[in-house]
Amino acid sequence: MTTKELEKKANEIRQEVIRMFVAAGSGHAAGSLGMADVFTALYFKILTHDPKRPTWKKRDRLILSNGHICPVRYAAMAHSGYFPISELKTLRELGSRLQGHPERTRYSGFETTSGPLGCGLAQAAGIAYAARMDGARFRTFCITSDGEHDSGNHWEAVMFAGKNKLSNLTCFVDRNFIQSDGDTEDVMPLEPLKEKYEAFNWHVIDIDGHNMEEIINAVTKARMESEEPTVIIANITPGKGVSFMEDLPEWHGKVPNKEEAGKALEELKVAAKEIRKKKEDD
Amino acid sequence: MIRKAANLSTQVFKKDIEKVPSRNGYGEGLVVAGEKDENVVVLCADLTESTRSHLFQDKFPKRFIEVGVAEQALATIASGMANYGKIPFISSFAVFSPGRNWEQIRTTICLNDVPVKIAGSHAGIIVGPDGATHQMLEDIAIMRALPNMIVIAPADAIETKKAVIEAAKNEKPTYIRFSREETPVFTTEKSPFKIGRAESLWETKSPQVAIIACGSLVYEALLAAKELDNSKIETLVINCHTIKLLDEQAIIRAAKTTGAIVTVEEHQITGGLGGAVSEVLARNFPVPMGFVGMPDSFGESGKPSELLAKYKMKSVDIAKAVKRVIKLKTS
Repeated sequence: MTTKELEKKANEIRQEVIRMFVAAGSGHAAGSLGMADVFTALYFKILTHDPKRPTWKKRDRLILSNGHICPVRYAAMAHSGYFPISELKTLRELGSRLQGHPERTRYSGFETTSGPLGCGLAQAAGIAYAARMDGARFRTFCITSDGEHDSGNHWEAVMFAGKNKLSNLTCFVDRNFIQSDGDTEDVMPLEPLKEKYEAFNWHVIDIDGHNMEEIINAVTKARMESEEPTVIIANITPGKGVSFMEDLPEWHGKVPNKEEAGKALEELKVAAKEIRKKKEDD
Repeated sequence: MIRKAANLSTQVFKKDIEKVPSRNGYGEGLVVAGEKDENVVVLCADLTESTRSHLFQDKFPKRFIEVGVAEQALATIASGMANYGKIPFISSFAVFSPGRNWEQIRTTICLNDVPVKIAGSHAGIIVGPDGATHQMLEDIAIMRALPNMIVIAPADAIETKKAVIEAAKNEKPTYIRFSREETPVFTTEKSPFKIGRAESLWETKSPQVAIIACGSLVYEALLAAKELDNSKIETLVINCHTIKLLDEQAIIRAAKTTGAIVTVEEHQITGGLGGAVSEVLARNFPVPMGFVGMPDSFGESGKPSELLAKYKMKSVDIAKAVKRVIKLKTS
């Protein structure tokens, strides 16, 4: 996919998650909208994967640590062909494979079960370590929230990956500065985050998490790094793409009602037209 | 009488019976499991020699992973390795793992359903002088509440070794608890062992009570049975080493045969083996029960034998519990 095609796809994914939120009636809107560009870049450009073979041994592993943003992963996976797009409307319903937080035993393509924060990077590090033992060549990616950087388990994993030079491990930080109780820097300051990771022997790349080229280039750099694990601090606007949700912590743990969703979809459709125009200009 | 098919040691009631810490069985079992399957890996949280994981480390240094004093990482890194296809054993003291990392075990091992083996060493009160902080007496309760988890408390070093070798093959999350202290080695290589199958060790013609025990106190239960036999009280002794994946049929059969049960464990009475047994019997065949174990209390520093005596987990206490439950039966 070209950059513009990826932007178009990210817009579709955002519309999809808005529809999923309305159908489910609960969830976390801001995180899913914020990470739509990263997930689109991963599933449609970066990952070595095969939607028809979710347990293919050589696939790159994508571990979602902050499981509450699973709607964006579900949408990106359905649009990639893992399961029918029509299944997305079953999000959070009884019997659905698409649980409120992802469960590996319901669908192996989710790789892990997550939701309780702070333990995704350690699992990703375990996979990366085991893969290196066996000489497997795939890359393990982990998506983390900034809020879960308050957790001790996460930093235990940061130390472990740094000690063991797990250069086949790449961690994205969804750096959106919001968490349940407010601004991350008020709840428990994380800055200077870049320097913290560097002190633990990580290769740090700081990017605009809504810029497709920056996302893709960062992973290219991570692949070239042979000594250290890489963390990509993706600066993210929570609620990205819906003006009345952007940057507001109150949208961390709720979803739009029907009327708000209608407005959100209108905005996203206008944005989609603009992306199409950009394409014609190229 | 000792049941012949149990193949117990001929020294079982000798004063100089050999005593070995069951943690030694853990280390030896790891080596055998590691030889049988190259996917077996061992992770440790800064307690390598204490847990006897060094026996595996010496033999398979590339398959041994040190994570430092980080029990949450211990569980979650192992979860990732199991997810990839390894068979990780995670070694620490029971009070730290599964004590400190229970939620990680719940979410990333049990709900995730990956075959991580959790080894809780230094379990129970007989860790002694270290005191209450290190005497893990709640681990069976917290682990047996978890769906998908198998819980095993082997009776001695040889049985611990067997449990480790079997657990490596069972493809399920599994918790094995064992002790630091030397305890009598009364089973033998020939004693039958199967995860999920309780073993009858002591049988009599017309038993009045069945003593169902696990872990280090199975031996005390045998001593109690012998003492009681001398005073013409006939009992059964069952080694119920697997507490989750419980052998319900054996328990119901014992209740039907004797009409009374005493459970024995080096663990809080609340939520442990006694709880598991009474849940089965309440549903199927309720009989009077007695419980030997920690009476809703923390321990303290002391010699193992002093502590077992103070908190009433010795053979004499088991015998008393048997006599009490016989009174309940006839009242």
